[in-house]
Amino acid sequence: MDADPDGDRAGLERLALWFQHRIAPIVAPGPPDGIVLDTTGADHLHGGEAVMLENMVTRLKESGITARAAIADTWGAAHALARYDRGRITLVPPGEMAAVIADLPIEALRLPVDIIDGLHGLGVSRIGPLASLPRPPLALRFGPDVARRLDQAFGRQAEAIVPVRLQAPVQVSRNFAEPISAAETIARYITKLVPPLCAGLEEREQGVRRLDLLLHRVDSRTEAVRVATAMPVRDVRRLTRLLCDRIETIDPGFGIERMVLTASLAEPILHRQGISALIEEEEADVSNLIDTLANRVGMQALYRFAPVESDVPERAVCRVPALAPEDGKEWPDHWPRPTRLLPHPEPIQTMAVLPDHPPVFFIWRGIRRRIRCADGPERVFGEWWKGDAELTTVRDYFRVEDTSGETFWVYRTGDGEHGETGSQGWFLHGLFE
Amino acid sequence: MPAPEPRPALEALRAQVSRLEGQGRRRRGVLPFGVPEIDGRLPDGGLALGALHEAAGGGHDALNAAASGLFSAGIAARTRGKVLWIATRQDLYAPALQQVGLSARRTIYVAASSDVDVLACFEEALRHQGLGAVVAEVARLSMTASRRLQLAAETSGALGIAIRRWRRQTDAADFGQPTASVTRWRVSVLPSVPLPVPGVGRSRWLLELIRARAGECADFEVEACDAKGRLAPCRLALPAALADRPDQEAAGDRRARA
Repeated sequence: MDADPDGDRAGLERLALWFQHRIAPIVAPGPPDGIVLDTTGADHLHGGEAVMLENMVTRLKESGITARAAIADTWGAAHALARYDRGRITLVPPGEMAAVIADLPIEALRLPVDIIDGLHGLGVSRIGPLASLPRPPLALRFGPDVARRLDQAFGRQAEAIVPVRLQAPVQVSRNFAEPISAAETIARYITKLVPPLCAGLEEREQGVRRLDLLLHRVDSRTEAVRVATAMPVRDVRRLTRLLCDRIETIDPGFGIERMVLTASLAEPILHRQGISALIEEEEADVSNLIDTLANRVGMQALYRFAPVESDVPERAVCRVPALAPEDGKEWPDHWPRPTRLLPHPEPIQTMAVLPDHPPVFFIWRGIRRRIRCADGPERVFGEWWKGDAELTTVRDYFRVEDTSGETFWVYRTGDGEHGETGSQGWFLHGLFE
Repeated sequence: MPAPEPRPALEALRAQVSRLEGQGRRRRGVLPFGVPEIDGRLPDGGLALGALHEAAGGGHDALNAAASGLFSAGIAARTRGKVLWIATRQDLYAPALQQVGLSARRTIYVAASSDVDVLACFEEALRHQGLGAVVAEVARLSMTASRRLQLAAETSGALGIAIRRWRRQTDAADFGQPTASVTRWRVSVLPSVPLPVPGVGRSRWLLELIRARAGECADFEVEACDAKGRLAPCRLALPAALADRPDQEAAGDRRARA
């Protein structure tokens, strides 16, 4: 995997916003690998400094990030402790900081690499000895940075944290002198609110992914309509249509006095060059249909199936979002596959000669079927990398056709000879035509 | 078949009727099956685009809709553009659809929670310009609903296929009720093509064209969809009794031993 510095920076910024939301108002990302927070006056809200740090580290760990945290009087000291102290969590009581950071290596001081190398050349490797050196020769040789970083770390010089700022979402609102309640009136004002919203988005070159319409009623209650889109959209007609489809879910009560339309999730619109070649055909855009349908049945109810590299039939497909990018993979076409795959294989009663003959007949859902011809067995082995239970398991699939012409996909768990490969029971897994 | 004599009065009347029905303006072309026996029986020589068609399975397949599903997938595979497949019970196996030429990249599935939702999504999708085919699995399809769907399909030119799939065998009698669909098909399985070696041959279907607007009913015996979704006429006109002879059964038992 290649390094992705831009992605890392964007991720840090998002994480910083999350910290700002959860922990303390002054938060800044410290690229490439840190986040700095000013928790003054915020720690007691989270149960004290130790609990707060523990909480932060645990939460990050739950989302897959291994983090180390430190609290100190200054940014410089906290930066050094979080990276170069041994503990996962470090707490420094006020006043003891100078003693704690004196033992840390000079790399912890946020100095450029050439200065660090130069200091190593002088035989200085710890912060304590560096701080006790006379300042003027250091400044003469390395510039003002060393003294500045030392003063920042020991708290003799103030350092401001420039906090990340969340860009306010595009929002338009309208107040009504007389409360409105008729569906047509609401629709009319939706059509008046959407164009200024789209104009605001156009200035930022963004399109909306999620749109919230809040309707404040005269009895101080709020009705909300949320629509989502599969791709960033800035089309007035489409957004109006999506919102108007949901008017029937609004209960206006005694009337609505204020409507607020917010683009709560906006993303940059990526422009794509249209196809100009004569031989290629332009693929029709279905994203507006997807949005309309998702508005009705939910975005998770619209999907495509994509291949997964697995021989176990139920694991060979996975659901991907309807407009997910195509990866060009296909299922191997070795063997016929059933049109309908039962959600759970259903046990059947059979009579079959072991080890590798298809059943002579089977009983499924109370109907006995004689088998006229069969194909198989197609042996599917358990995926040992998924768990020990699948280390030895085997399924033998047969495609069987009964006397009326109906074709089924049945399998036996086990190879018909060895008990450890399965229970040797028969199951019906799918229906061919 | 001898060429029909020209009957100008009848032709004029037909032209007038089709003008009244508004078909002249909205003629969208057809999707031929590529089987002359079937195409010859359908008006304009194929399945009308921009129209609603119905398909259902015969016998047990009325509940499972495996054969009718594959039949519809084969038709959808031969259209251009994305295909939308709407159902309440989603048990289609996408690798099988790929084997009749309907690529997973082209097919978008919609899992609706009720038949009402299925019909609403069906109509919405049929109105959309730019889909190749829209397939929906429904149990009940009333005259009103099917007329709405038919009108929606006429506006866009998409091919609409309603697979009738019931929960109970007794409900399948519903297939006799009139709807506004242009054609109505029943797909029943027949014993597969006998092979000279043990194994299961290419499936065969009995296709019953139960209803065709401006056409006549007919039955066809065809071989099931191939890798590009095409049907084929049954070349081996074997009587069913021959395929089910006892020695054939014995051969069937031997087949898996190979």
